[in-house]
Amino acid sequence: MIRVVLPFHLRNLARVDGEVELAVSAPVTIRAVVDALEARYPVLRGTIRDHGTLKRRPFVRFFACKEDLSLESPDTPLPDEVVNGAEPFLIVGAMAGG
Amino acid sequence: MSKIRVLVGTKKGTFILKADGQRKDWKVSGPHFAGWEMYHLKGSPADPNRIYASQTSGWFGQIIQRSDDGGKTWNTPGSSRDELKGPEGMPRGESNKFVYEGEAGTHKWYDGSQHPWEFKRVWHIEPSLTDPDTAYAGVEDAAIFKTTDGGKTWKELPGLRKAKGNLWQPGAGGMDVHTILLDPKNERRIYVAISAGGCFRTDDGGKTWKPITRGLKSLYELPDPDAEVGHCVHRIALHPSRPDVLFMQKHWDVLRSDNAGEQWTEVSGNLPTDFGFPIDVHFHEPETIYVVPIKSDSEHYPPDGKLRVYRSKTGGNEWEPLTKGLPQKDCFVNVLRDAMAVDQLDKCGIYFGTTGGQVYCSANGGNSWNAIVRDLPAVYSVEVQTLK
Repeated sequence: MIRVVLPFHLRNLARVDGEVELAVSAPVTIRAVVDALEARYPVLRGTIRDHGTLKRRPFVRFFACKEDLSLESPDTPLPDEVVNGAEPFLIVGAMAGG
Repeated sequence: MSKIRVLVGTKKGTFILKADGQRKDWKVSGPHFAGWEMYHLKGSPADPNRIYASQTSGWFGQIIQRSDDGGKTWNTPGSSRDELKGPEGMPRGESNKFVYEGEAGTHKWYDGSQHPWEFKRVWHIEPSLTDPDTAYAGVEDAAIFKTTDGGKTWKELPGLRKAKGNLWQPGAGGMDVHTILLDPKNERRIYVAISAGGCFRTDDGGKTWKPITRGLKSLYELPDPDAEVGHCVHRIALHPSRPDVLFMQKHWDVLRSDNAGEQWTEVSGNLPTDFGFPIDVHFHEPETIYVVPIKSDSEHYPPDGKLRVYRSKTGGNEWEPLTKGLPQKDCFVNVLRDAMAVDQLDKCGIYFGTTGGQVYCSANGGNSWNAIVRDLPAVYSVEVQTLK
């Protein structure tokens, strides 16, 4: 199972408390994980990726294994540690204040 | 006895204020949607327990929320897994999907070039006067959308942007449809106002729109001060008994039209400044109107640090300051365009919220005021429901 950590506001929106666990078929990519997340929690559609273009929203970042994957292609395979559940895939609200 | 429910949208959540018809003892609930910008909430006139809300965030975009029990519980319309199954069995969850019809097209940009239309947020939701499942959404970048399924899906009425939308240009506050007025005597007639776009009317239910700006003057704001589009209209209002009579607070100038917007006449009269944002009409007196003068577009606070609502009982030109109960020194708040409303009780109540977090109520048409709450986040919108 893929473990996904959502930011505070999206946890509230999806009405989940802790991590989300998702079954995702190989190859496990950013796109595949977000697709599965939105399928489970349709309320999150449009909050992580733009509805029309499916581009990552500017102030949403993706991390895994302490690496920022935000600028990687959505079709890049995620690290083995994420695929085997040892590490979570993190969706983070970017630092965007003053 | 009638009850009052005030729906307050703020920079950091929603608050619901309730009182009986005396409007003295208030109960405050909230924050709902804590931490989110709540641009606007409004109840359906056909079913007051149905309330639509625009929840938005610079991080996570637009969410539409709906309550069917007067604000006790909320849901995003149609996103439960029992609803709106797509062809492959997946929920579609499209209540926050605002996609322009066809080619999005372009509008005027700051340097005079053309810039693609980009959806940012919903500024205003106007529920139908007769059908709880129908509502209109005014959005940034400026367009109007409609739902007929209680907010589960939204479809643009693209004719509005065909009214010379390529010439609309955003101002500092964005380019947004912030006001939608439904004509209670003609369901096919709708008025909208757009920041830095102007004022428009449809007479065919939203298929085609035309600018209604004759008489507006924007000297030093537009290359052509009498232009058909581009005026920065801050708010328009009407009285339900006379929907052909419109009142307008423009960037500068307060105006009225007696022929459904075909011609406007300035009625700023003796106001200390005719810059401001909200304008509203007394529920029982169609010629009694209210504005909150703001010093200037460079200084978004009241003149002399005195928070004064101005009332005209003559439909404009002759104005009186209303100050009793409002701070008359060291007050430097603003009152935003959607942050004033009136109730329908025999003694008409007037309400407004400030960027300093106060929500004021006058239970006597503006003669005196009391703060219902004083320390909310900056107030974006105030709507009032009179519950029988």
